[in-house]
Amino acid sequence: MELKQYNLFFLYQETVALTKRLFIQLKRRPSTLLAGILQPIIWLFLFGALFSKAPEGFLPGVDSYGNFLGAGLIVFTAFSGALNSGLPLMFDREFGFLNRLLVAPLASRLSIVLSSFFYITILSFVQSIVIMIVSFVLGYGWPDFYGLGIVFTTLILLVLFVTSISLCLAFVLPGHIELIALIFVINLPLLFASTALAPVSFMPNWLGWLASLNPLTFAIEPIRIAYTQTMNLDVVALHAPYGDLTCKSCISILFSLTVFSLIIIRPLLNRKLN
Amino acid sequence: MNYIQITDLSKSYSDIQALKDLSMEINVGTLFGILGPNGAGKSTLIKILATLVEPDGGEVFVNNINLIKNPRKIRELIGYVAQDIALDKILTGRELLDFQSDLYHMNKKEKYERIQLLVNQLEMNDWIDRKCGTYSGGMKRRLDLAAGLLHLPKVLILDEPTVGLDIESRNIIWQLLKDLKNDGMTIILSSHYLDEIDKLADSLVIIDDGKVIAQGTPAQLKNKLGGDRITLKVREFSTYEESKKISEILSSINGISQIIINKAQGYSINFVVDKEKDLLTKLKVELAFSKFEIFSLAQSQPSLDDVYLQATGKTLLDAEISMTGKRDLKKESKQSMR
Repeated sequence: MELKQYNLFFLYQETVALTKRLFIQLKRRPSTLLAGILQPIIWLFLFGALFSKAPEGFLPGVDSYGNFLGAGLIVFTAFSGALNSGLPLMFDREFGFLNRLLVAPLASRLSIVLSSFFYITILSFVQSIVIMIVSFVLGYGWPDFYGLGIVFTTLILLVLFVTSISLCLAFVLPGHIELIALIFVINLPLLFASTALAPVSFMPNWLGWLASLNPLTFAIEPIRIAYTQTMNLDVVALHAPYGDLTCKSCISILFSLTVFSLIIIRPLLNRKLN
Repeated sequence: MNYIQITDLSKSYSDIQALKDLSMEINVGTLFGILGPNGAGKSTLIKILATLVEPDGGEVFVNNINLIKNPRKIRELIGYVAQDIALDKILTGRELLDFQSDLYHMNKKEKYERIQLLVNQLEMNDWIDRKCGTYSGGMKRRLDLAAGLLHLPKVLILDEPTVGLDIESRNIIWQLLKDLKNDGMTIILSSHYLDEIDKLADSLVIIDDGKVIAQGTPAQLKNKLGGDRITLKVREFSTYEESKKISEILSSINGISQIIINKAQGYSINFVVDKEKDLLTKLKVELAFSKFEIFSLAQSQPSLDDVYLQATGKTLLDAEISMTGKRDLKKESKQSMR
């Protein structure tokens, strides 16, 4: 029992040290943080302006396109941050810094993964809150208290899901060039093949199917509901070609995907880290 | 007392067999040298001892703990200083040491005292609060060494720690290693610098092509070679046939032994002369009789390079040169990446 308590404390000590290192890096090189905030804000301005003269009722249930777009950009910000979370680990692998961690008697090498999760979750939250504040200032609304809870729960699930995949890729791919290339290839197509920029009803049938199967959509739609109406988990959030999904269903699917991805990557992480 | 026992260790990377049934024993409180040219298998052996690479076969015990079965216990005992210095260039040296001490679960007081002691010992006071990205090679190495020593390991493993260092940094590191050994630490030092191993090591192995080719104390290994080493040339660049004739003449002289024709050095002839006899005068007479003149003749005490030469027929430098271009360092680096 005493040994277990020690291990738990050691795990905490390691995880804090590893997370602190990532935040020191961020503080001294804040360009990632700033770019992650600036890009969605620019999109918010540009896309908001692009559809500013759209006829009323163009998008059902929302006052303006900006009101519709906010949810998509919040999710996109968290998604992009999480997708990049494998990069620091990849650089540590390539430059041999990971060996410094692996020769240390870590209570559990899970701390290496946990620190990435904490770092990216906090970073994504900070970026998302800034986007939410800018959206509010532009008059695109603010979720109620219950809605805020749904926004952050959804973001945590998405960040866990995408971070686990990114960390997995950081161990599987041979180098950072390949990882960046893959991020580059999947980042924007996943955004466009989701309901971030347009509802399913605007899309051709095949794209509607893709968007309705896209994990980003399952995160976007509950957040959109939180932005556009009083939060109710039983309200229909997505009119998918295969049927209507409520907020609860979207979050449940996202939860299942997250659990599934964590189970899937575990053997790989065990093999690479043990 | 044996502290580390390595038995029949083997390791392959795809088609390359890096270690071939390697066995050795390392005594507690000694500085043990691993000498060999680049590509001999030193780094693979060191990485196995540091628990970074799992061997294909064989066993390693440190303080009677099985390294393969209990790697975490071994990690508590060892400090590792890698060949390629991996520092986080955004952190300061002090932040890196603080980070490292958390990975070894040191408490605040212990952490502060150890960091300060090592900063003083390795003369890092002037630059420890600067970012690692601004450090010279020597500074980086000293910091890396401090990181390996933070938790007071029982065994310190160093993989070519002085490669490319300035004299000041090298001397500081050498002095520290001597002090650590005097304090009872077991040190494993891999190097391809002969003088480093000769000066520092209590005992050593020489590795070539993944195998142990010689093992003992530096004095034992050199004494095995007998008398002084002679390098003889009858012209600047002889032919093999000419050198062969001379070696036949030499072999007829009683007291001359271990004759080797060194192709890499213009077919010069290396041999050992009996200490007790004045053979050089006789040698000159015999060569003159066969119409050979001495172009150059160098006499030296046996060195570890001679031990290597005797075992492999080439000098360590020649082995290094012959390996240049044969190794795919990028591929090796990818293979060893986790």
